[in-house]
Amino acid sequence: MAQITLSNLAHTYAPSGEQESDFALKTLNHVWQEGGAYALLGPSGCGKTTLLNIISGLIMPSHGRVLFDGTDVTGLPAEKRNIAQVFQFPVVYDTMSVRENLSFPLKNRGLAGAQIQARVALIAEMIGLEDILDQKARGLTTDAKQKISLGRGMVRESVNAILLDEPLTVIDPQLKWELRTQLKSLHRELGHTMIYVTHDQVEALTFADTVVMMHEGRVLQMGTPESLFETPKHTFVGHFIGSPGMNFLDASIEGNHAVINGQPVPLGANYRNPCGHTQIGIRPEYVQFTADGGLPVVVRHIEDLGHRRIVHAELERSPILVSVPEGCPFDSTMTQVRFIPEKINVFTDSWRVEGETF
Amino acid sequence: MAKIQNNKAWLLVLPVLVLVAFSAVIPLMTVVNYAFNDTFGNNQFFWNGLGWFEEMVRSERLHAALGRQILFSGIILAIEVPLGIFIALNMPKRGFWASLCLVLMALPLLIPFNVVGTIWQIFCRIDIGLLGRGMTALGVDYNYTNDAFDAWVTLIVMDVWHWTSLVALLCYAGLQSIPDAYYQAARIDQANRWDIFRYIELPKMSGVLLIAVLLRFIDSFMIYTEPFVVTGGGPGNSTTFLSIDLVKMAIGQFDLGPAAAFSLMYFLVILLISWVFYTVMVTRDAGGDS
Repeated sequence: MAQITLSNLAHTYAPSGEQESDFALKTLNHVWQEGGAYALLGPSGCGKTTLLNIISGLIMPSHGRVLFDGTDVTGLPAEKRNIAQVFQFPVVYDTMSVRENLSFPLKNRGLAGAQIQARVALIAEMIGLEDILDQKARGLTTDAKQKISLGRGMVRESVNAILLDEPLTVIDPQLKWELRTQLKSLHRELGHTMIYVTHDQVEALTFADTVVMMHEGRVLQMGTPESLFETPKHTFVGHFIGSPGMNFLDASIEGNHAVINGQPVPLGANYRNPCGHTQIGIRPEYVQFTADGGLPVVVRHIEDLGHRRIVHAELERSPILVSVPEGCPFDSTMTQVRFIPEKINVFTDSWRVEGETF
Repeated sequence: MAKIQNNKAWLLVLPVLVLVAFSAVIPLMTVVNYAFNDTFGNNQFFWNGLGWFEEMVRSERLHAALGRQILFSGIILAIEVPLGIFIALNMPKRGFWASLCLVLMALPLLIPFNVVGTIWQIFCRIDIGLLGRGMTALGVDYNYTNDAFDAWVTLIVMDVWHWTSLVALLCYAGLQSIPDAYYQAARIDQANRWDIFRYIELPKMSGVLLIAVLLRFIDSFMIYTEPFVVTGGGPGNSTTFLSIDLVKMAIGQFDLGPAAAFSLMYFLVILLISWVFYTVMVTRDAGGDS
């Protein structure tokens, strides 16, 4: 296990890339604490796999350094870094049995037979492979194969970090949930540093203690799942996290209230007079319908999700989504919406502004 | 829903049946006819039962040709398969050089068989051929027209030149289908080069490799044109393979009965081997991955 430090790290695939747009990964400083469970979250093509492959040594970064426990490993290839990586599609050695697959990384590192047996037995039991240990890997189902890949990643005790690159993409939805829970408990039991790449916010938010949100090669925010939900640093984070994402409304900010279409909306903090393009962001969960004392909206249609309803409405021609929980009063007289002031975030030019609480 | 029965559709197959009858069935049945009958001329045939087959199975001449044939197929498989794999492993994976390699590799496969024979026949002649004269100039005692060993070496080198590309191209296609993640995982697992070949590349290539072995075996087992052009089966009978012997017997000596029995057995052997290969492939796939 190790603490992994990324120092001024950036990467471009273009040979002489000097323009910012050439960079698949923009300059980044970050420390991954020993034993942490991290998720790298972002849409496809945002650079998260590039970042993961730089940590594992499969890609040599064009700029900056990677340190494991303070030792510079930037120049070291993947096989020398003592990391484990699980890929999007199951990688198994077809002609080997499940047991041979799991012992392969240990055997290559010259461990003693008894040690290998013990470790393989332990991991197989944790992942639920003990029944098929002596079967050939060829011909197993995709999720059994992916379990083998996971197992091969976990089998080395001394590994610096376990990197998971969208490991559940090929798994059936029902099994996904099971494997995700298993991963979480494996992390607790083994205590390895784990970095989990995904574009699925549910996976990221349930697996990780710290979520790193990426977009277009830039890290937008790092924090707990809660902070990403409540106080997104960038409108993209607000938009990406949550289902549905955050509502953004153009507004002018005047101290402790915002003005939308001439109507004042109270805010939870004092923002003075920020300049630039100002918006307020409010989660659909924090918008309430009311009969009066709010902003008038026109309801377009209602999606019933069972435990809650998503109301698609328009506020002066800009769309706004409202989440109405089950049992919450909502009828045709309620044509206005009110925002919970403490839950309103203020953004200028897409970045969140910190207010002064009074 | 019940299917509509309409046997008139068989009429649509009739033209094909007629064509196949004239191109394959009737000639084949003529051969079968010759194999079971004997004649003293005047187009008068009488039943000979399994007589020709018994004669052929006991024939020393046929045994010798079969022995040479098995040896030849064995040697060229032993050279072309490992060499083809080796070339495929070392070909560039993408870019200009990959395309260039593919074109160069495909060239020998596009040359007609008798042209290949002619090229090598001339190339190896000790009076005007580049290779033959070169060898002689270097002091090597080489003459494929009167030395059996030299004739064999010439034919084997020619076949390797002509057909290794096929094995290499098939293996190359198999290798190209392996996702990068396999190699990355192997690096992380600290697998050595041999392990990567043994546990990743070979299993992923095995399907196409089996096809390559099948094609090369069948082709080499039926080889006729190239040795006929280069050595004509000589010197003596040293390069008289099954098909060359068959043609000598059927057209040279006009022994149609024995030759027909011979060719039927030859055909059945090839059919049997193809069937074994096919069965192995199918059972492998059934037990294989999705």
